[in-house]
Amino acid sequence: MSQALSRDDVAHVARLARIDLDPDEVAHFTDHLGKILDHARQLESLDLSDVEPMTHPYPLANVLRDDVVGDTLDRSEVLEQAPDADDGQFRVPPILGEAP
Amino acid sequence: MSTVRKIAADVRSGRRSATAVLEEHLATIDARDGEIHAFNLVTRDQAREAAAAVDAAVAAGDDPGPMAGVPVAYKDNFCTAGVETTCSSKILEGWVPPYDATVVGRMTAAGAVMVGKTNLDEFAMGSSTENSAFGPTRNPHDLDRVPGGSSGGSAAAVAAGFAPLSFGSDTGGSIRQPASLCGVVGVKPTYGMVSRYGLVAFASSFDQIGPFTTDVADAALALEVIGGHDPADSTSIPLPAPDLQGGLDDGVEGLRIGVITEMLEGIDEDVVAQLHVAADALREAGAIVDEVSVPAVEYGLTAYYLIAPAEASSNLARYDGVRYGLRAEGTNVEEMNSATRRRGFGDEVTARVMLGTFALSAGYYDAYYGKAQRVRSLTRRDFDAAYADHDLLLSPTSPSVAFRFGERSDPMMMYRCDMCTIPSNLSGDPAISVPFGTGDHGLPVGIQVLAPALAEPTMFRAAAALEQMAPEVTQ
Repeated sequence: MSQALSRDDVAHVARLARIDLDPDEVAHFTDHLGKILDHARQLESLDLSDVEPMTHPYPLANVLRDDVVGDTLDRSEVLEQAPDADDGQFRVPPILGEAP
Repeated sequence: MSTVRKIAADVRSGRRSATAVLEEHLATIDARDGEIHAFNLVTRDQAREAAAAVDAAVAAGDDPGPMAGVPVAYKDNFCTAGVETTCSSKILEGWVPPYDATVVGRMTAAGAVMVGKTNLDEFAMGSSTENSAFGPTRNPHDLDRVPGGSSGGSAAAVAAGFAPLSFGSDTGGSIRQPASLCGVVGVKPTYGMVSRYGLVAFASSFDQIGPFTTDVADAALALEVIGGHDPADSTSIPLPAPDLQGGLDDGVEGLRIGVITEMLEGIDEDVVAQLHVAADALREAGAIVDEVSVPAVEYGLTAYYLIAPAEASSNLARYDGVRYGLRAEGTNVEEMNSATRRRGFGDEVTARVMLGTFALSAGYYDAYYGKAQRVRSLTRRDFDAAYADHDLLLSPTSPSVAFRFGERSDPMMMYRCDMCTIPSNLSGDPAISVPFGTGDHGLPVGIQVLAPALAEPTMFRAAAALEQMAPEVTQ
């Protein structure tokens, strides 16, 4: 599996994870992640066909509560923490890249 | 060093003022935190105001509560209203949460006085606190060695006497392992017993909050105060906090305790030696002690290091430069997101986010994440089998005593620090680390007591007994 993890794979994953890496960093993480995935190969030898996946340690399902109106955070207090805000909203660069 | 119980009793009865208690602890911090760096932030002014309020309550004849005047430190991934919360990451530096975590609120309501926010491996990812963006924490027992991690600052703060009580989060051992390396008590409660509302999420199916203290009875008190159902956390078990202090003196007579065979291998000799001393002591005190195999724990480490990064990659998607924290410039949103995350995340966080993204990506999901979740079921099954004829299980907490800075640069070598602690996070069951003598270089050893879900009362009984029987440590 570690051979399957090429520099191209790492560059692809970095793009999916929205982390901008330069070629040296791609090389570094190819090696680093390869060591971990090598170790993960020990799971290949296990026959797990009759074992259900476990997603959560405690069996709680459909946790509901009464729909009661309560306090919420103050909008201006929340927006104060944003890198950029305008007119009561978060402000971001253009989504599609062209000038607004 | 006063215990939590002694301080609270003294403050409630008016024998000592909360202000005097606080000033003593601030003086200790001033004297030694420059070299230890347990704290990212010491909240002096707020602490003095809080202590004065406790003293005013006592003067007015009111009871401030079971934590009256107790100085407390929180790992810097707990939201604290109006107080900077960084997760020891550049991406959150300067962020001030608008609300308190439930645990912080419950402690404050019980009369506790927050003294500061403690250092951690960035976003709680690490076993040595070397991954903090603000520099490492040093082990108070030996400044050339790590305090463990990720809650290294919280463990060091209690070990150095900066506070009698601190809190951390435990995703794969991040409370118990640093407790062991720093010679203090550390508890990971049953998953769902303590509310995580306001704890910055790392891996949501594992994360659990717990205390660091100098003794077992203080940890029992702390859990009684912070435990119990919280409607703000949908994973919170709908039960009140258990009574843990009541049974502390009941002893271990008749308890069936199994030493986990797989956790005797790959462990340093000095640590195994103390485990045998502990097992013999429990046997002499009337427990029925034998060895028991929990085979799936062999694969637990691997499963954990696929599942936790997968969950982290999803949880950490929120650090995108839009709503809080750091923003780097970019001509469009994707460039801005990618530049922000590159500049804001350290190496270990980047590695784990990428590993998790890979494990969840199309074509690899079944081979990695899916398989790891099935191994998680195996661990659960093997623990259930062990608990069919055992009340508790016993193991070392950490495979070694505190190691030197920079000694574990290979990722798998570092991850092995958590081999004894991870299985409890996979199963969701509680475990406690109790200081038990010393190993090589006179450094502390911790023994781990594991229990089935919600069996904390029995776990604390055995932990209190172990503490009584622990070899004298001369420091």
